[in-house]
Amino acid sequence: MTALLKSREAILLAAILALLALIAARFPGFVAPSNLVRVFTDTSPLIILALGQMCVILTRCIDLSVAANLALTGMVVAMLNTAAPDLPVAATLAVALALGAVLGAINGVLVWKLDIPPIVVTLGTMTIFRGLIFLLSNGKWINAHEMSASFTGFPRAEILGVPMLAWIAIAAVLLLAVVIARTPLGRAFYAVGGNPHAAVYTGLNVGRTQFFAFMISGALAGLTGYLWVARYSVAYVDIAGGFELEVVAACVIGGISIMGGIGSVGGALLGALFLGVVKNALPVVDISPFWQLAISGSAIIIAVAFNAQSSRGRGRVILRRAEHRT
Amino acid sequence: MLMQNAAATDTRPRTAPAPVVALDAITKTFPGVTALSDVSLELHPGEVTALVGENGAGKSTVVKILTGIYRPDHGTIRVNGAPVQFAAAQDASRAGITAIHQETVLFDELTVAENIFIGHAPRTRAGLINTRRMRTRARALLDSIDAEIDVGVRLRDLGIASKHLVAIARALSIDAQVVIMDEPTAALSHKEIQELYALVERLKAQGKAILFISHKFDEIFRIADRYTVFRDGRFVGAGPMAEVTEDALVRMMVGRSVETIFPARARKPGEIVLQVEGYSHPTEFEDISFSLREGEILGFYGLVGAGRSEVMQALFGITRPSRGTARIGGTAATIRAPAQAIRAGIVYVPEDRGTQGAIRGLPIFQNVTLPSLRRTSRHGFLKLAEEFRLAREYTGRLDLRAAALDQALGNLSGGNQQKVVIAKWLATRPRVIILDEPTKGIDIGSKAAVHEFMAELAAEGLAVIMISSEIPEILGMADRAIVMREGRIAAEVAGGDLSPEILVRHAAGITQDAQ
Amino acid sequence: MSTQSVPRPDEARRVPDRLRSPLGRLLKSWEVLLLLVAVAIFVANSFASPYFLDAWNLSDATFNFTEKAMIAFAMALLIISGEIDLSVAAIIALASTAMGAAAQAGIGPAGLVAIGLVCGLACGAFNGALVTGLGLPSIVVTIGTMSLFRGISYIVLGDQAYRGYPPGFAWFGQGYVWWVISVEFVLFAVFAVLFAILLHKTNFGRAVYAIGNNPVGALFSGIRVARVKFILFLLTGLMSGVAAICLTSRLGSTRPSIAFGWELEVVTMVVLGGVNILGGSGSIPGVVIATFVMGLVTFGLGLLNVPGIVMSIFIGLLLIGVIALPRLWAMARRE
Repeated sequence: MTALLKSREAILLAAILALLALIAARFPGFVAPSNLVRVFTDTSPLIILALGQMCVILTRCIDLSVAANLALTGMVVAMLNTAAPDLPVAATLAVALALGAVLGAINGVLVWKLDIPPIVVTLGTMTIFRGLIFLLSNGKWINAHEMSASFTGFPRAEILGVPMLAWIAIAAVLLLAVVIARTPLGRAFYAVGGNPHAAVYTGLNVGRTQFFAFMISGALAGLTGYLWVARYSVAYVDIAGGFELEVVAACVIGGISIMGGIGSVGGALLGALFLGVVKNALPVVDISPFWQLAISGSAIIIAVAFNAQSSRGRGRVILRRAEHRT
Repeated sequence: MLMQNAAATDTRPRTAPAPVVALDAITKTFPGVTALSDVSLELHPGEVTALVGENGAGKSTVVKILTGIYRPDHGTIRVNGAPVQFAAAQDASRAGITAIHQETVLFDELTVAENIFIGHAPRTRAGLINTRRMRTRARALLDSIDAEIDVGVRLRDLGIASKHLVAIARALSIDAQVVIMDEPTAALSHKEIQELYALVERLKAQGKAILFISHKFDEIFRIADRYTVFRDGRFVGAGPMAEVTEDALVRMMVGRSVETIFPARARKPGEIVLQVEGYSHPTEFEDISFSLREGEILGFYGLVGAGRSEVMQALFGITRPSRGTARIGGTAATIRAPAQAIRAGIVYVPEDRGTQGAIRGLPIFQNVTLPSLRRTSRHGFLKLAEEFRLAREYTGRLDLRAAALDQALGNLSGGNQQKVVIAKWLATRPRVIILDEPTKGIDIGSKAAVHEFMAELAAEGLAVIMISSEIPEILGMADRAIVMREGRIAAEVAGGDLSPEILVRHAAGITQDAQ
Repeated sequence: MSTQSVPRPDEARRVPDRLRSPLGRLLKSWEVLLLLVAVAIFVANSFASPYFLDAWNLSDATFNFTEKAMIAFAMALLIISGEIDLSVAAIIALASTAMGAAAQAGIGPAGLVAIGLVCGLACGAFNGALVTGLGLPSIVVTIGTMSLFRGISYIVLGDQAYRGYPPGFAWFGQGYVWWVISVEFVLFAVFAVLFAILLHKTNFGRAVYAIGNNPVGALFSGIRVARVKFILFLLTGLMSGVAAICLTSRLGSTRPSIAFGWELEVVTMVVLGGVNILGGSGSIPGVVIATFVMGLVTFGLGLLNVPGIVMSIFIGLLLIGVIALPRLWAMARRE
């Protein structure tokens, strides 16, 4: 229990609650249930992407192509919708997940089979994916009036007063929590990232594990692509531009070690929520939204410094043993 | 002599039980190197087979072939008599072969139970990991080896010895028929080693076949039932331990008779060059005082983890002492970084050659000149001709074997890499050279060369500190020895007092009058 | 191969200095391969468009890469040492904002240049202190400072822009030294030479390689690893400041979104130039040729009216392709 209280997640949760309390002291409306639902819904895309990114980072890789994947998949499903407006939402979701997974698998194959550093692979695919959107769309926008009502309505449909977008984020959190804690693949993420050398001797295939991490990240990015395009009712080349770094930031703030092997679903969730609360609180407390970037930057630096401090200081202890015995 | 030996080993006893695993005429080549050539190896149930050979004999390649990391070019692997092929590590573990590796670190962020069962965890009907059953079974496995370890804690919270036990429990969990132990005692204390021996006996009793790889002869004779010797990637001989002597084993290993002769030295120490007073560190060592004279070889003996390297690394400026002074040639020296130590004339040849000594990606000559760049350059600009001259001079003195000086250091054998690392430090023209386990993990030929060279350096007036865990090396080389235990100096012995019993007693903390 | 079990130490042998001649090594190098690619693109371009082989057009084309390339030189050293700086574009934004504010206050061109350089150095020092002082991973630190530096620009400027730089300031980004040779191109050439000397001809450069290959080994060899890395972050910050001066001068205005996404283009240039992203190897000539390749591709496709975003596909394929092809080739040969 005490270990739980001392964990990174608990500290981050306390920080978020303190932040909420601080805001609520002056602006009680912010913590009204309806507003909290709104904040959570607004943060949902970041949460879903952070979960995928977490898998990738756990295996000692990084996926910089998630936002481009999101934009490309979003554009494809939007075009699919304009071509076939009667396509059921379930089919759209399946297409988004599948296409995203394929794009993620491309990253994964390059890392697995050709052993190219992940940062180089995803830097490359990131620009390629964006370019492909332009080729597909000829640089044109797809606007709300070109999309069918069911297409744009799905993420906003409410169940128990909570929009579908938020439910999907919750489902993703629960699903990933099970995958991470209770499947051999989830455990392999930690093994492969924590000690790749030993992982090979244990009979784990490092490259294949990383491949699946990229595929999960890609599938979640594809899913978010549809949700994003439908929610904002617009698709164009630059949607979610630069969002990949916000996703990485959420993971870092959530205590996921960029060196691999350390992190949790709860951390990714809380890291994303922290950024989401900050972003939504700024206009409420009457600070220019232009402050958001600098605040999240500072949060990243503080978080990584904090994580480094807490994992340090277990050096060689030779003398203490001597003192115990004498 | 050799002929006799070969004849003796050819008559292998036929009474032994059928082997669980047999390697038959295995060949494995890498670009430019034949790692294994036509070797055979048999592992029998309920027996410990020691695999003996110098570094580069092909032992680690055999381990990798047995565990499915490498595939042999030619030859057959037989499990219970049937030929098999391992496409990946999983296949080997499915066939019941598992290795406890040199650095038995598994996965710090996973729990003990997860470490034991990673890759083959019990599942629920839904296909998820059955955590409860996994923990119960992990508990039972640890109980069977008398290990009191909480199965729910993360591995990072355990000590090295406990991690070892977890690795062994893992080997048991896959119901291994064959357990490979590659230098298992390297990082263990005396007590932990005794516990490991007991465990090996227990595994034998359970009918496991054990492949035991070790450089320590006392260990091999203590634990093994049979031996197999490799030399230069070839099979040399095999047989029961009962029928072989230490001397015969060494002869098979090196292909010639080697008596461990240390070079004769004239011992006439000069002025004091290094005087250390009350060196202390918050967690690593306390109140270390000693002096060192020109032309002297001072041995530092102790068990692994006694704090010897830590003292030397503080002297070299890697860490900082909390108290204490070091005087070099009579003047107090403040050493806060290796660069300052080098300028003051102290150099340190680290034990961990791979990460601390050699810069494998850089060419040989650049490795040699790295700490001496100030001398081979003008106003901070490199002078390649000067660098080559310096590198030629010092690598020549050490009889380096390499294709060219601009070859990457990583392409050389361990012994030759060590020569380059020593050359690098001599090129700085030090007054004090600290050698941390200078002959660890290098072949016997290179070992003798390093010893000879050390004697030569001392004769030239260099002050030498040699950390060694090998008693013969301390006895053969050192003028004086300091024994460390648990971060403190336990004793300083010289002259007639230098004997194995005294060294061991002080290192282990056994007082003379204890009954 | 015959195995000798008994070494003969007294046998006179000498290890030669070099295995292959420097020329032979050069001909097999990455740089030469890249140069061939550059020449091929040049020839293809001159056939594809009649406007390509025009001195002024070519001169204009250099503006596509000179600013980024100047950062890439410093970035190359940083990546060879095993670190990375993703905040370079954000440093440009912050330095440009600082210069804009100073210009608003009536400070002259010389003062603006000084402010741009100092701002770059300060940002580099901040990164360097976090990485070397606190021992944090540079990729995360600079993702953080990237948001922080550009965030400060957004706080200062919001959706506004600084304009109205003093007339003399335009020289850096728009001036010409002689005929078609622009000030920026001269700066690019001078820095290329300076960084090549620093990396390949000095003790400092040797230390950079040693650190990238094995930081612990370098420390044990008496190299002041933290100091070298700190200086590399300073240099990267400084070159970002130089790029900020050129870019601001060329555009004549500052928005907080200035140079957005450049960090990835700079890293692409460095990797394309043959620098190992994991550290330890690479060369400045390689990076110089890579900048030309990227500049020529962008310019050539531009003449053919191919939009910039499509060119990025080509750049992305190039980035992955140059690393993947040798590996595929090696795999094919092994089969």
